[in-house]
Amino acid sequence: MSKKTGTKTIQKGKVGAFLQRSSVPILFILICAVCIPMAGLSPSYLINEIVTRMGRNAFLILSLLIPIMAGMGLNFGMTLGAMAGEIGLILVSDWQIVGIPGMVLAMIISVPISILLGLFCGKILNMAKGREMITSYIISYFINGVYQLVVLYLMGSIIPIKHSSIKLPRGYGIRNTVSLLEMRQKLDNLIPLTIGGVKIPVMTFIIIGILCLVIIWFRRTKLGQDMRAVGQDMEVARDAGINVERTRILSIIISTVLAGIGMIIYLQNMGNIATYSSHSQIGMFCIAALLVGGASVDKASIGNVFLGVILFHLMFIVAPRAGAAITGDSMIGEYFRVFVSYAVITVALVMYETNKRKAKSMESEQLKQEQLEEENK
Amino acid sequence: MTAFRKVWYMNMENTPLLEMRNIKKDFFGNQVLSDINLTLREGEVIGLVGENGAGKSTLMRILFGANMIRETGGYGGEILLNGEVQKFESPFDAIEAGIGMVHQEFSLIPGFTTTENILLNREPKKKNLISEIFGERMNTLNRGEMEKKAADAIEMMGVNIDPKMVISDMPVGHKQFTEIARELSKEQLKLLILDEPTAVLTEKEAEALLDAIRGMAKRGIAIIFITHRLQEILSVCDRVVVMRDGYIVNESPAKETNVGQITKWMVGRDVKNSGAALETRNHENARTILSIEKLWVDMPGETVRNVNLEVKEGEILGIGGLAGQGKLGIPNGIMGLYPSGGKITFDGKDIPLNAPKKCLDSSFAFVSEDRRGVGLLLDETLEWNIAFPAMQIQNKFLKNYLGGLIKWRDEKAIKVVTDQYIKELAIKCTSSKQKAKELSGGNQQKVCLAKAFALEPRLLFVSEPTRGIDVGAKALVLDALKKFNRENGVTVVIVSSELEELRQSCDRIAIVSGGKIAGILPASSSVEELGALMLSQVI
Amino acid sequence: MNEKAINKKEKSWFGKLVESYGLPRLIITAFLLLLLILAPFVGADLPTQVSNIIARFSWNGILVLAMVPMVHSGCGLNFGLPLGIISGLLGATMSIEFGFTGPLSFVMAILIATPFALVLGTVYGWLLNKIKGGEMMIATYVGFSSVSLMCMMWLILPYKSPNMVWGLSGKGLRTTISLEGYYNEVLANFLRIRIGNLDIPVGTLLFFTVLALGIWAFLHTKTGTAMTAVGSNPTFARAAGINVDKMRLLSVVMSTWLAAVGILVYEQGFGFVQLYMAPFYMALPAVSAILIGGATVNKATIMNVIIGTILFQGIVTMTPTVMNNMIHMDMSEVIRIIVSNGMILYALTRKTEGAK
Repeated sequence: MSKKTGTKTIQKGKVGAFLQRSSVPILFILICAVCIPMAGLSPSYLINEIVTRMGRNAFLILSLLIPIMAGMGLNFGMTLGAMAGEIGLILVSDWQIVGIPGMVLAMIISVPISILLGLFCGKILNMAKGREMITSYIISYFINGVYQLVVLYLMGSIIPIKHSSIKLPRGYGIRNTVSLLEMRQKLDNLIPLTIGGVKIPVMTFIIIGILCLVIIWFRRTKLGQDMRAVGQDMEVARDAGINVERTRILSIIISTVLAGIGMIIYLQNMGNIATYSSHSQIGMFCIAALLVGGASVDKASIGNVFLGVILFHLMFIVAPRAGAAITGDSMIGEYFRVFVSYAVITVALVMYETNKRKAKSMESEQLKQEQLEEENK
Repeated sequence: MTAFRKVWYMNMENTPLLEMRNIKKDFFGNQVLSDINLTLREGEVIGLVGENGAGKSTLMRILFGANMIRETGGYGGEILLNGEVQKFESPFDAIEAGIGMVHQEFSLIPGFTTTENILLNREPKKKNLISEIFGERMNTLNRGEMEKKAADAIEMMGVNIDPKMVISDMPVGHKQFTEIARELSKEQLKLLILDEPTAVLTEKEAEALLDAIRGMAKRGIAIIFITHRLQEILSVCDRVVVMRDGYIVNESPAKETNVGQITKWMVGRDVKNSGAALETRNHENARTILSIEKLWVDMPGETVRNVNLEVKEGEILGIGGLAGQGKLGIPNGIMGLYPSGGKITFDGKDIPLNAPKKCLDSSFAFVSEDRRGVGLLLDETLEWNIAFPAMQIQNKFLKNYLGGLIKWRDEKAIKVVTDQYIKELAIKCTSSKQKAKELSGGNQQKVCLAKAFALEPRLLFVSEPTRGIDVGAKALVLDALKKFNRENGVTVVIVSSELEELRQSCDRIAIVSGGKIAGILPASSSVEELGALMLSQVI
Repeated sequence: MNEKAINKKEKSWFGKLVESYGLPRLIITAFLLLLLILAPFVGADLPTQVSNIIARFSWNGILVLAMVPMVHSGCGLNFGLPLGIISGLLGATMSIEFGFTGPLSFVMAILIATPFALVLGTVYGWLLNKIKGGEMMIATYVGFSSVSLMCMMWLILPYKSPNMVWGLSGKGLRTTISLEGYYNEVLANFLRIRIGNLDIPVGTLLFFTVLALGIWAFLHTKTGTAMTAVGSNPTFARAAGINVDKMRLLSVVMSTWLAAVGILVYEQGFGFVQLYMAPFYMALPAVSAILIGGATVNKATIMNVIIGTILFQGIVTMTPTVMNNMIHMDMSEVIRIIVSNGMILYALTRKTEGAK
């Protein structure tokens, strides 16, 4: 920021700014409004689905908030945490520790793995400042390779796996699907509650609520404040004596650990692990949901998470049915929702990059104005 | 030692707050500071003035423990605070010792409030259970305490700014005050360095700042005030210290001097040094080849406002002025590198702005001050660097096939022309295939000149031709420009911070101050006259 | 002691090699050589293996070549390759739909794909000019979005040819379409050399050579020079009167068109047109291939393309055979993922020298 060019910020119309910020959620509300009647699904079914998906996904999406706060953009590397969570669950199901204790143990196993992966990811991202997103995206592919190496070849051969139910017939490697029947929705049903036919996963919501409180509290800590500072201007933060690199790594580690725990919550709801694919799409869907909720690459709130879950998954549920109703082909809707997920991310990225440039052109406009004023005097 | 300083020392009962003894500094053999002695007492305000490059910034960097000083081999002499020798390993040591500095560039987090910025990384904290386990970064911020401390600092400064306002919504002046308040909030602060703090302020704000300086001094804080606005120095400082070419040339109580005298000290040269222009030519009767009307340029840090200027055919026109006053904006704006507006007429034809191609088509050429950023393809060969613009603009060094449909690069012709310039300008390199980034600064500058010469322009802009190159190369570069002007009849406009250089090479010198042309004088004018113009409209 | 001294000496020699050739590339080359040496011992037939590598090189070469123009103009690695591939697929399916067969169907596929590539490339290039600095991430997602959009289109567009649509419903394209009777191996069969188990698809290699020479020649013209300068230092280029945006746009269009042709050549070797999600993952192998060949985010040569494609495809084809025969464990897929993405990571984390 150069002093000599400092200009007064021109206040845009507040309504316009609000509309611009919330254009994506508004668009989704419109899509849903069109699709819901066509899908012909009952309201109670929809509400049930949304509530379930809220419990399933919210924790995972919340894990994205902290790197955004630290200016590292959308953490495509959250997949790393998801893999750590899966490894925890695979081991726990082999040890046949079931129910809530199994989940807790899986989380305990996942945390050190998440920390290591987060540390690796954070270090790499510090080497690729300015292109964190593409790098974290490639890291997720890279670690996926390592994950496959571990799960497909090392488990059963080096890492002891006892039970043939999860082992591939060849004697090593994990099957494509690992059943979590004994763990299925144990957390969701811990405190059973049904209101008007809608099953509420009370305990899951409580945990999500706690995480929200923790995030709000975290923003008020010294570390949270440092992350906000680093996120806005690394150089200024460094001049003020903040350890920028360490702060950035910490934000990624926290995000990865949370993603690991979130993945365990997600999978206990699903009831089984698709060993080689559960994690691969999770990053994309979580990021898309967050963006649908009105977040941007450099700004996201807890509100965005919940609005995003509702709108994105509403679209997810109704699109195939609506598509089938229009074209008679259910695949259209399937593809439509995939397309929308990607398109939303694309639009958010484009908007982020173009906004960066806007401020610049405003400055020369102002100088032109000043010159005109001077001439008219 | 002046009589004044003797009195000064006699009056001193206790040790001074700051003493700098025999400070010396060179950058790789290039002496930039010599025998600097500076003393400062509690509550004293000194004004530090000098042209750009006089050594003010380097001196302050040494005092503030900047990393850049250590990386370039440290400094000679010693710094004493309260009589104790200090060796700062980093700016943080200097801050610890009670030195604060407000830099020319803002160092603020745009999305934070005034309070948050004032206490950046020094926030008061509250302990909690989690921080006991995970360490003190998990302490929560004590917002109440933060607000109190920030309010105290603002109060101490004596200028009213909103502690809850977000920086990005603030007028520039308030940002400046936030920075000052940040320094004041440091309890150990004893010495505050203000580097051109009024440059961005409105007249009213500047007044408020001067009041604030007086207030701070009363509280016992010593202040080093760097500015080009000499009136401010006279009104607020106890003492004026004038630097020139790495020396302190004069120290005087502010009451005993005036603007004229300070200007003279700043720009004055010894008689033997001031080898005035060799042969200034008079082009008064020549026709105007380039006329600039109402030019504005939005070049960050070098804003140009409403410039009118006429360049005569065949002359060498110099454009001088202090850094940041807009002299660099003029060629950069005309050549379309920064957004600009106004009217440019060359040889009777209007030249559209914001279109580099149109300028080059009209036989302009430009040697940029930013060699590495604009002037060179660092990763490519000298051949490419020298031949590229001529190839693209004038279709030189190309072989045409299929009736001009395919324009093939003529490597042979490129090599010939490159070798020719390597010889002519004595560019030191292993071959014409060497990468530009491997050359020294002076030789890179010669490559930039060769690039412009290869265009065979009718009008050549050269921006800071000797910046960052050694003495030998300087002379060579200036001679090459003069020769190019004399032998090819090319009109040349040289933009430079170094008055001496302009006086030696140019026919006329236009001085830019505050983004405008402050005046045009023949190159034979005295440095004092030119210096006065330089400071006339400083912003 | 003595040993140490020798080690030191070797290191300096080794160090030089590492510097000029790049450590990752060196490891990969050594790995590939090791695989080739091991192959006969584990019972794999070397000529077959070499033929495989050459064949896969000929399929993929042009897709890797498509990276070159955008790298030269400073747009970075073209993660948006699927966009060009889609143009190629449109060309392929339309050529079949319009009833062209044999070699003519290949020519027509290229001709029909061209306008699509030009239009899509222009739009894509325009977008990339708006978001300078963030090209790679956005390119990735432009690729993904367009692939998923086309998934819907393949179902909706009124294709009729019974060889392409689902047999039951009679509408919507199949996921894989056989090219038997169309342009299966049309290039490969041209001047094909078969000696024992060695099989060289000369035609495809020639086709690649022609395009590679074309790019090489283009980079030696006035416009090509300007494009390289834009990539090397955009400000320098602008100061020299170059329209930077136009150059970048041109490079994107070229990349897109090459990708379109590249996928058609791939299909003629592979024998099938793959639709729907298939183009999705085609960018990453091409990106890592050119990086393995020694290119960086802002510098790439034709040699990088050739070396990179050989190394990458060599590893992809050799590891399954050799590994399977050796330890009865097919780890090739995992190795491919780790190597290719590791290579991209390596390139992304390296400081881009000089530029800007």
